[in-house]
Amino acid sequence: MCSETTSTYSSKDAVICRGVGKTWAAGTKRAHEALRDIDLDVKPGEFVVLLGPSGCGKSTLLYLIAGLEDATGGQIWSFRDRVEAPSPDRSLIFQETSLFPWLTVWQNVSFGLSLRGAPESERRAIAAEALQRVGLSAAMDKRPDELSGGMRQRVAVARALAMRPKVLLMDEPFAALDVQTRARMQDFLLDVWRDSGASILFVTHHIDEAVALADRVVVFTSRPGRIKTIVPIDMARPRNLFSPEAEALRIQLTELLRDEVDRAFAEQEAFGATA
Amino acid sequence: MALAEAGGIKPAGASASGWSFPVMMGRLVDRSVVWRALEKLFWTCLSVGMFAGIWELFWWFGWADAKLLPPPHVFVGSVVDQAKFFNTATRWSIGTAMNSGPTPFEAVLITLGATTGRVFSGLLIASVLAIGMGVLIRYFLLMDRMVLPTITLLSPVSPIAWLPVAIFLFGIGNAPAIFMVVIALFFHMVLATINQIDNVSPNFINVARTMGATKRQIYGRVIVPAILPGMLAVLRLNLFGAWMVVLIAESTGVGYGMGQVIMLARNTFNPSLVFFCIFLIGLLGFVFDWLLRQAQRRILYWLPDATEKLRVL
Ligand SMILES: Nc1ncnc2c1ncn2[C@@H]1O[C@H](COP(=O)(O)OP(=O)(O)O)[C@@H](O)[C@H]1O
Ligand SMILES: [Mg+2]
Repeated sequence: MCSETTSTYSSKDAVICRGVGKTWAAGTKRAHEALRDIDLDVKPGEFVVLLGPSGCGKSTLLYLIAGLEDATGGQIWSFRDRVEAPSPDRSLIFQETSLFPWLTVWQNVSFGLSLRGAPESERRAIAAEALQRVGLSAAMDKRPDELSGGMRQRVAVARALAMRPKVLLMDEPFAALDVQTRARMQDFLLDVWRDSGASILFVTHHIDEAVALADRVVVFTSRPGRIKTIVPIDMARPRNLFSPEAEALRIQLTELLRDEVDRAFAEQEAFGATA
Repeated sequence: MALAEAGGIKPAGASASGWSFPVMMGRLVDRSVVWRALEKLFWTCLSVGMFAGIWELFWWFGWADAKLLPPPHVFVGSVVDQAKFFNTATRWSIGTAMNSGPTPFEAVLITLGATTGRVFSGLLIASVLAIGMGVLIRYFLLMDRMVLPTITLLSPVSPIAWLPVAIFLFGIGNAPAIFMVVIALFFHMVLATINQIDNVSPNFINVARTMGATKRQIYGRVIVPAILPGMLAVLRLNLFGAWMVVLIAESTGVGYGMGQVIMLARNTFNPSLVFFCIFLIGLLGFVFDWLLRQAQRRILYWLPDATEKLRVL
């Protein structure tokens, strides 16, 4: 698909993965390969959903793109720069709440600014703006444990937005929420995405979520994770998730996933037999 | 204050301290807090009372020899008698009259104060040193390699083994007693600190890293606040350890202190005095544990109250 091996990259794409692989604990007895040969381009402002059975390396890929872990193969680029370390340009949002419980909501949101020594008035102003964008202005001075799960994830989104990232990496951010809250959060996220103009890489194992959100769905194989196929979704937004088109997509994705889940199960059984 | 403003009434003479009339009413109406405190006190008294009662019964039936195991009403009742052994006056020095110096009651307070002071100085020094050392060990790989093996090696050594060292190094006085408390707690608290650091949620650290935090900022702004709750729990557990060690240290002659009184009681075969001392130490330990718990609730305002969790079972 690509033959570039140069060390500079001219494409302005938000994220470029070339032959990316990750083997955890490489070189030891416990080494295991989580990702193999990932080639992926994410355009600026694009919404890409990563879909795959659990344990296939979706989180691992986000960590690599965030720069929190080093790839053991291939290269990752973001806006012409090689990814070698974390950067405020690429914010990561986790499944479990990762708000600091010892800080108030606004202090959490402006944590990144405080690291740079921004004065309190500026931090408060930027936090207020970010919280307004997620509809939580009233929670400014609350503490995280006073908020519901959905509100906490919105604060986490506000915290990421306050850094004005070019890429938002989201690792099953709504998985712990109930179905109704999750549907609302998806609408909310689409609004935020449109306003911010950032690219989003969104991990999920929910097919409905992929259909509701994605410009493109990247389907992974089971471990070691490889890209099985990429399914573009060109339904207009706001999407009618009960349309025949959406239904067809759900069936297509379900089938793609089922093969992989079956394979993962077979592998686990074989593992159990030899262990 | 918020309540006072909302109420809008400020009666004449309302003090500047914030205890204006509506606030006081608010506090009084919120009886549940007072009620729960009273309830807790009731159960504490009942618990101690039952223990004392059983002891008294044993004495009543003649199963416990009053000379060896004097029941509570005997050793608490002879307070005035016992207090004279809390001898803090330097009567042996020249020019001091035999009956000068503090009254027995003052002497008890001075003795308790001295021991408490040693416990707290030791605890404070040990926790500052241990948390600092634990953080340094995790921060610098070289510290880990150079220092951690020695600390792990020394941590199982009983404080009693350090007693001669304390005397060689510091002679007699406050210093060896405080040194004993510090040395007894330091190694465990270093290991506890390291354990706490290793258990900080990686998500917290990763969030800080993606926002561009330096290593120093990650330690100062994330790891230290994150381990604080655990460290306060460690501190509370070690408070009791400090009380145990200080008695050993004091029994070797540091001037005056609870340990010395117990030693005196042993040498003069005075069970009443022993139990009176145990009673005082228990009381103090209880009070200070309560104080530390209050401090914990103030400092760690973000932690929910966990004591209710098992109540439903
Ligand atoms: N920090 C880590 N160290 C070692 N192995 C890991 C680590 N994180 C994930 N793995 C392993 O990598 C594989 C992929 O995990 P992950 O990326 O979390 O999958 P997913 O997010 O798709 O469920 C799993 O086998 C997991 O055990
Ligand atoms: Mg995952």
